[in-house]
Amino acid sequence: MRRRYTLASFGRFYLALMLLFLYLPIVVMALMSFNSSPFYRLPIDWSLTWYSALAQNSRLIDAGLNSLWVALATTGLATVLGTAASLAFFRYDFKGKKVLQLLLFPPIAIPWLIIGTSMLVFFFWVGIGRGLHAMVLGHVALAIPYVIIVVSARLRSFDPHLEEAARSLGATSWQTTWRVTLPWTAPGLVAAALFAFAVSFDQFVISYFLSTPGVSTLPVEIYTAIRKGFTPEINAVSTIIIAISMALLLGVARFYRFGGER
Amino acid sequence: MARSAVAGAPGISRSRLTTIMVLTGPAYIWLVVTVLLPLSVMLYFSFLSDVPIGKRVAVLTIENYAAFFEKDFYRILMLRSFRLGAEVTFYCFLFGFPCAYVLAKVIKGRWREALFLLIILPFWSNALVRIFSWTMVLRGNGILERAVNWLIPDFGPLGLMFTYPAIIVGLVHSYIPYMILTCYISLQAIDDHLIEAARSLGAGRFTVLRRLVLPLAFPGILAGAVLIFVPVLGSFMEPRILGGRIGTFIGTIIEDQFTAVFNWPLGAALSFIMLGIVLLILLIGVPAVRRVI
Repeated sequence: MRRRYTLASFGRFYLALMLLFLYLPIVVMALMSFNSSPFYRLPIDWSLTWYSALAQNSRLIDAGLNSLWVALATTGLATVLGTAASLAFFRYDFKGKKVLQLLLFPPIAIPWLIIGTSMLVFFFWVGIGRGLHAMVLGHVALAIPYVIIVVSARLRSFDPHLEEAARSLGATSWQTTWRVTLPWTAPGLVAAALFAFAVSFDQFVISYFLSTPGVSTLPVEIYTAIRKGFTPEINAVSTIIIAISMALLLGVARFYRFGGER
Repeated sequence: MARSAVAGAPGISRSRLTTIMVLTGPAYIWLVVTVLLPLSVMLYFSFLSDVPIGKRVAVLTIENYAAFFEKDFYRILMLRSFRLGAEVTFYCFLFGFPCAYVLAKVIKGRWREALFLLIILPFWSNALVRIFSWTMVLRGNGILERAVNWLIPDFGPLGLMFTYPAIIVGLVHSYIPYMILTCYISLQAIDDHLIEAARSLGAGRFTVLRRLVLPLAFPGILAGAVLIFVPVLGSFMEPRILGGRIGTFIGTIIEDQFTAVFNWPLGAALSFIMLGIVLLILLIGVPAVRRVI
């Protein structure tokens, strides 16, 4: 019994080490963003120098706004398209359903390097070109599979008899969807939308291949700055990005988890 | 069945078909136009002698594929990338599996949910930023070097930045949550009574692990390995940031063909060779491993 107890506490200790490994670099980066020394000297000389420098950096701010617009457009489009497809999968058994569901995997399973370069080649070839519109095209494709997975998971706990009941009480198919099915799915929809936003907002590889020197998103600008060499403002903007995406995912977790119980 | 009440009687299956098409059509047209068509066009480009834009003349050729088999350079890089993928996957399993086990079998209740969330959280945040954050830790006179020198005085510089191990550390950090997630799901499904029964019948801890837990968790391990191995093969930003000049892999070479050298056909051919080898490994390797375990 005693041995079992020590093993369990060793396990807990190991888990704590893993969390340290996962969070250490992020915490170090966040702390350094408050260090006024551009050479990351220690001990930290606390200041908001890099955040105020960031406020003056129009390049990074423009890129940030681009990221935001692309992510919002992606969220809207992917949530609507993905939810519609999930409804069809939920309600009907039809020929080719398996094939359609299998088609969701290429955007997730093929390395983004290959997806991104093939989009670059294709968009260039047919004249769509590069830029924010091309990024939205690409990001929506990446987000749709995630939306379908999240919404379908929520729909699985929905009792189809509710739809039958609504129909037998005289509701049209449209009313049934709008008044019965979608309200039930709402937590799943919110989680899916947040997910889609995060997929787009954090996306680097696809955006990198579809950006032009003038028009890019925040991750692409950050990458360019890292490659050029040292810019401590990057610490500040990276800390902000990490904070935003973690907040988003806590949001997803809240709606995704508690959704099943409501 | 229950669902056909909504779908309508069998007689009006045409309207049912219309509804299905209206609901699934937009999403799938989008996926076809932005994923499947581009991949097909890229496959076509991989057989061209030049980029057919402007006045350039392109003819069909297998030269780009031949280049891979004729020049050692590409083969060596491909092997290097596969080694990197294998090593990262192995370390993710080695360190991730025990973590998943503790989470699934030792921790209980609310703590489990909270810890699970904490492990997933960094995983869904920006990958680029997380790789960049390692440069803060690994750089000369950075946190790690100072910590080591504080523990062991006069240890001197670690010299980890811009090395192969730095790339490994960054990639393991990026992908280990995948392994923890998939192993956790399959470990959680193992009935605790099975383990207790094996123990009470006299099996040692190691035997239980080898004969019971690992085989039952195998689908999860496999899923995690595939989810890690494939994207690591295509990684280019991670080796560039953490590896500097030694960070040349097949991914960075493919990226160069599209962004610097403008040799799209060669880049496309290398991409499809990589995908082809991955597919071969999945089709031949996975059933073989499954038979052994």
